[in-house]
Parts: sequence; C-alpha cells; structure tokens
Amino acid sequence: MAMNNENEKKLNYTDIDEHMESEAEQHFKVISPGRMVAKRFFKSKLSIAGLVMIIFVFLFSFVGPLIVDVTWGYKETQVFKIERVADMITTAEFAGPDGKTYSYYDKSQTVLLFKAPPSASHWLGTDTSGFDIFTRLMYGGRISLTISFIVIFIETFLGIILGGLAGYYGKWVDQVIMRIVDIFNCLPGLPILLILSATISSIESIKAEHRIYYLMAFMTLMGWTGAARIVRGQILMLREQEYMMAAETTGISAFNRIFKHLIPNTMPQLIVSATLGLGGVILYESTLSYLGLGVPFPRAAWGSMIALADPSKGQEILAYYPNMWVPAGILIVVTVLGFSFIGDGLRDAFDPRMKR
Amino acid sequence: MWKYLAKRLALGVLILFGVSILIYMLTMLMPADYIDNQTAAALQSGAMTKEDVQHLKELYGLADKSFTGILKSYAKWLSNVMKGNLGRSFVYGRPVTEVLSDYIWISFLIAFISYILEIIIGIPMGIKAAVNQYSPYDYTVSVFAMMGASLPSFFLSALLMNVFAIRLGIFPLQGLTTATKIFGPNDHLQIFLDKAWHLVLPITVLTLLGVGGTMKFTRTNMLEVLNSDYIRTARAKGLSEKTVTYKHAFRNTMIPLVTSLSGMLPGLFGGAMITETVFAIPGIGYMALRATQQGDIPFVMGYNMFLAILTVSGMLISDIMYMVVDPRVKLS
Repeated sequence: MAMNNENEKKLNYTDIDEHMESEAEQHFKVISPGRMVAKRFFKSKLSIAGLVMIIFVFLFSFVGPLIVDVTWGYKETQVFKIERVADMITTAEFAGPDGKTYSYYDKSQTVLLFKAPPSASHWLGTDTSGFDIFTRLMYGGRISLTISFIVIFIETFLGIILGGLAGYYGKWVDQVIMRIVDIFNCLPGLPILLILSATISSIESIKAEHRIYYLMAFMTLMGWTGAARIVRGQILMLREQEYMMAAETTGISAFNRIFKHLIPNTMPQLIVSATLGLGGVILYESTLSYLGLGVPFPRAAWGSMIALADPSKGQEILAYYPNMWVPAGILIVVTVLGFSFIGDGLRDAFDPRMKR
Repeated sequence: MWKYLAKRLALGVLILFGVSILIYMLTMLMPADYIDNQTAAALQSGAMTKEDVQHLKELYGLADKSFTGILKSYAKWLSNVMKGNLGRSFVYGRPVTEVLSDYIWISFLIAFISYILEIIIGIPMGIKAAVNQYSPYDYTVSVFAMMGASLPSFFLSALLMNVFAIRLGIFPLQGLTTATKIFGPNDHLQIFLDKAWHLVLPITVLTLLGVGGTMKFTRTNMLEVLNSDYIRTARAKGLSEKTVTYKHAFRNTMIPLVTSLSGMLPGLFGGAMITETVFAIPGIGYMALRATQQGDIPFVMGYNMFLAILTVSGMLISDIMYMVVDPRVKLS
C-alpha cells in the first residue's frame, strides 16, 4: 500500500513536471550545448565558406583521382606525349665590323612533346615531364591533406598527454615538461626540418617514398608544444574549480579525473587550435616540397608543382606556363584559408561570451 | 623586478643550453660527405694527405660519430662558442661569425622595412575593423588578412615576379644589383637606387605575408578593450567617439601590441629563407639555405644557434616591455 502511494506521488510529480515542461516548450526551445555551438557556427558566413572550401578540396583530392582512374584509366605518373609544333624565335643585336648595329632574327620550328597547353582532354595541359597537371593537383592534395591530418592528430594527442600531466601534477613534473616545451619552442622550425630532411635523404636504407613518413614524425615532434601549452593552461585553471574538488572527494582515480573530467573541458580550445594548425602543416609541407625535400618525384605535391616556376631554374615556366603552377598555389591558399575560416568560426561558436 | 629579470635570464640561458644540445645532435646527423667531397680533388693532387682530411674532420668534431664522440665534440664546440668562435664555414671558407655579421644586414633591412610597413598599414586597419565590427569593411579586411597568412611565400613571390617583373617589366626579377649596369666609384646614389629597386618586390612579399597578423592582433585586442566597462563609462560621460577610440581604447590596446611587436624585433635579423632564396637576395636566409643544402655543418650549427638566441632574446624583450608599458604589472 505504501509502495503504491509512493508510486502515485511520483506519478503526480512527473505529471506536474511534464505539464510544466510542455508548457515551457511552447514558449521556449531547449537546445543542447552542442547544438548551440553548431547553430552559432553556421550563423557565420565565413565558417560556411570555409566548410564549402574544405569539402571541395576533399572531394577534389580524394574522389577526383578515383573518377579519373575509372573513366580514363590513368594515374598521376602517366606520361602523355602530345606533339605540337612551336615556333622558336631567336633575336640578337650585334655591332658589325662597319660600325653599324645589325639585328639578327631567326625563326625555327621545333616539335614539343611535353608542356602541352590546356585542352579538352587535359584541362590544365601537361607539365615538363608530360604528366597531366589537373590529375597531379588531385594527388598533391591527397598528400597535403593526409599529412596535415595525421600530423595534427598525433601532435594534439601528444600535447594532451604531456600538457595534461604537467597541468595536473604541477611541481617538478610541470617544471620538467614545460622546460622541454620551452626548448622545443626555441628550435627554428624550417631550418631544423631542412637539416632532418637532408639527413633522411642521405640515409640509403630509407626508401625515397618512405621519406615523407619520417618528415611527418619530425613535424609532429616540432609541433606538439602548442597543444601541450593549451591543455596545461586550461587544466591549471579548471583544477581549482569546485567540480574537481567534488570529483576528488568521491574518490575518482587520478587517471579518470584527468582524462574524463579535465581533458574534455579543454577540447573546445584544442579543436580550434588543431583546425588552425592544419593550415600551418600544409604550408610547411608545401615549403619542403618546394625545396625538393618532400614527396619525391615522380609523385605529385603542390609545393613541387610550384617549384617548376622557380626563376633560378629558368624563367620560361614562370613567364609562359602559369597553367603549371598557379592552380597549385590557388589550391594551397583555398585549403589553408578554409581551415582558418573554420577555426575562427569554431572559436567564436565555442565562446559563450560571443554574441551578435 | 630585477630578481624576476635575473630569473628569466637564467631560464633563457638554460633554454639555450638545451637548444644547443638538440641542434648539435641534429646537425651531427647530417651527412658529412661535404669534407669528403671537397677534399677529394686535393687528396688526388696530393695537396692534402689523408691525415689532413682526418684532422679537418676532427677539427669540426665529425670524425667520431658515436654518442660519446658527439658529446665530446659538443663540449669542445661549446667552449669555442664561449670564446666567440663558431668555427669556419665549409662553403664560404670564412669564420661563421664573419659570414653572419656580413649578411645579416641586408636581411635586417628588408625585414625592418616590411616590419615598419606592417605596423603603419596593419594597426590602423585593425582599429577600424574593430570599431566597425561585422561591417563590410571588417569582413573585407579580415578576409584579406587571412589570405595573406595563407599564401606560401614562394607562390606569392612567383605571382609578383610574373606580373611586375616579367609582364610589366617594372621591377627586376632577381638579385640585389643589376649585373649589366656599370657604376662609377662615386655613383653612390645610383647604386643605392638600383639596390632599392631590387628590394621592392621582396619587401612587398614580406609585408603582404605579415600585415594580416598585425591587423588581426590589433583587431582582437581592440575588441577586447572596447567591450570593457571603462569604455562604457567614457561613452556615458559623453566623450566623442574619436576620443573614446583613440584616447581610451587604443592606448590600452597598445599594451599587448607593444609587447608583441617589440618581441618581434630580434627576429628581424634571422632572415627570410624562402623569400630571399626565390629573389636571390644575398641575405642570411639565402646563405643559410645554401649552406644547409650543401651540408656545411659549422655554418648550419652557428646559424641555428643564432636563431635560437634571437628567439630567446625576443621573449625577454617582450617580458621587459610588458612591465615598462603597463604600470599595473608587477612581475615576481
């Protein structure tokens, strides 16, 4: 009987609650924090633009090669020999023995097999080795995106572990880890990566196509400090809050306190910095490829495609074949810009103080 | 305050020590074929003996590449550095310190001019964008700022070269001087103008790449100040919008600005590796890239240490400036 009474009471209470809730729902909408963030994110035009840009680059570089392979049956290293006749004009001026200046003009015709101009079958033409530029752009994007995501993922992971330990334990653990962070922060990034890649290419037991994995590892090593700093800073702040005290008094283990209660609260900042970091890795990777230290030839990378225009190797491509290097540069800018738009949008969306 | 500074300085030395060990280890990994390559001819002609080569390797601590060997040679290198001796560059055949002090000035000049330009252009743009937050002006400037930061320097350089050097022919493509022009010994003005003409494009590249950062930094900090209570008070007092913006808000935005901008000063000596190389400007970045590609271990070592020192001193300077600029800050 008593039980029944209690049940009735409960029912009554829930009835009232439900009634109130439904009334509240008529006037207000309950939104979860996640949805609120998403709503704020999609409110900004720049974030949407960034998202569209990144989706485009992703489709282009991951779905594009499949389509090319299925329809036309070639990959990035397929050589096309397209014959075309080009006029070669040589002019020179010289002073003759009689003191007059003569100009010399010679027009000859040569047959070129490579460097075809854009056409219906090769939208951006072919490059100095006869590769289809449009297809190579897709494969180059694959490399850049894959590298950036892997590097940022491992970097953030390392940063969470080390930053988490430093922030939670403090004292000497913090001292040691943060001094290591300081040291890594003072290492000059590009020169060190150059040294490392020179070393890797000199070691013969490392295959040329595996070089890029080593470089990725080094980029990760150089970059984890940012995430570690963020995590540590956040944890130092959060660890003094009441809910952590509650977690400690209920006897939750240190591991769970760090990784279940502290780390999830540092996620917003980490996601923002990781998104912004993706662009940075792409810039690094393309610089290394530009210097010939990234993905080895004949595989495609955006940086090495722009390297064709390097004026110290001759001005011909820089001047007359913008189809070979401008698209690669535009794709780099679109990708990096897309990531920064998304990163900025996420930062504003996560920040509850942001109001418009 | 002095105690704090001394502590920071000690920390800086400690960091540099750690950095030097790391860099030394890394540099030692580099292929040492350079000495072999360079001495091959001399060996064959008999100008050098095998002992000489071995001696040369020992001089640079390259003979013994085991862990203890590297530690030993590191100790030797460190004691030399204390005496101000960074060794002799393989590629350039001169003491590293001499090469550094010869070539940093042109790098510094380029970097300094673009630094000034960034400040002159970026700060007013940042202020205006913050004051008119979410206006079309704000959006345009922010997008351009982010585009500048997304451009790889070699791509921007190639674009500018294509348009201004090749198509329009206004500026020279590469180098610091026109090789075909012959100047008299007293044509200082012409030589100066010729050099300045060559530097326009590289400076433009560096400015375009950096101005976005300055602009965004100004905007963010200005927004933070504009949302604070004393700005509301200033407005409530009936001050004009101009006074509020420039006298109250901007002055407080100056604190983070001066701190970070002064911290950037030492870095201006470090050289812009890629930009200098693309434009073939003989600055320190260009020299360093060449040296790295050719395995010039003493120079690479010296240059990277130099960069680390610049970074550490930049951090120190911004710490000091933070105290100088903001009277509320008392560091301990």
